[in-house]
Amino acid sequence: MTKVHDRGGWPTGDPIDTSDHPMEDWELHIDGLRAVLAQKGLLITDQLRRAIESIDPPRYETMRYYERWTAAVELLLIEKGVVTAEEIDRHMPSAETSA
Amino acid sequence: MPQIATAPQRFNPGDHVRVRREAPAGHVRTPAYIMDKTGAILRVHGAFRNPEAIAYGGDGLPAMPLYLVRFNQGEIWDSYSGPQNDTLSMDLFDHWLEPA
Repeated sequence: MTKVHDRGGWPTGDPIDTSDHPMEDWELHIDGLRAVLAQKGLLITDQLRRAIESIDPPRYETMRYYERWTAAVELLLIEKGVVTAEEIDRHMPSAETSA
Repeated sequence: MPQIATAPQRFNPGDHVRVRREAPAGHVRTPAYIMDKTGAILRVHGAFRNPEAIAYGGDGLPAMPLYLVRFNQGEIWDSYSGPQNDTLSMDLFDHWLEPA
């Protein structure tokens, strides 16, 4: 079975946009968060990949690269009991205000 | 470094192998487009803990031999229009391969 991450550009055969673009602040934050969690032994690359690949394909297609990372980190931290979904939801309003 | 349990290395450089077609749920390190394709072992990287198990919190043991396998692009893609001697090389774990 072909999975959504199986090949770059899948399911179309269209050329892939490989132009470079600067990372946005929130993307750098997620990259840093992943590094810290990995240092603390709370996140392993293979687990991150597995979590990214578990995103529902239609949703996966609409998400940007670091949005997928964000969703995967959230899934793994909830799975490991580091945070709960309720705790994240509770902090979202203030996070959105400061963003 | 302490010895870890390692699965036997079944292939050597030059051996022809076919990639197994399987569709297990969850995380795998073999893309579907290479399944059923035949290539040749180019290099043996060594043995590594199986990421398909580590992805779910396992220890990934026994460590699995990992090979660099070379395929002809023309065999992979139905409508490949590039040069005939174009190749694609991919890292594949032992348990995805069978003798061809």
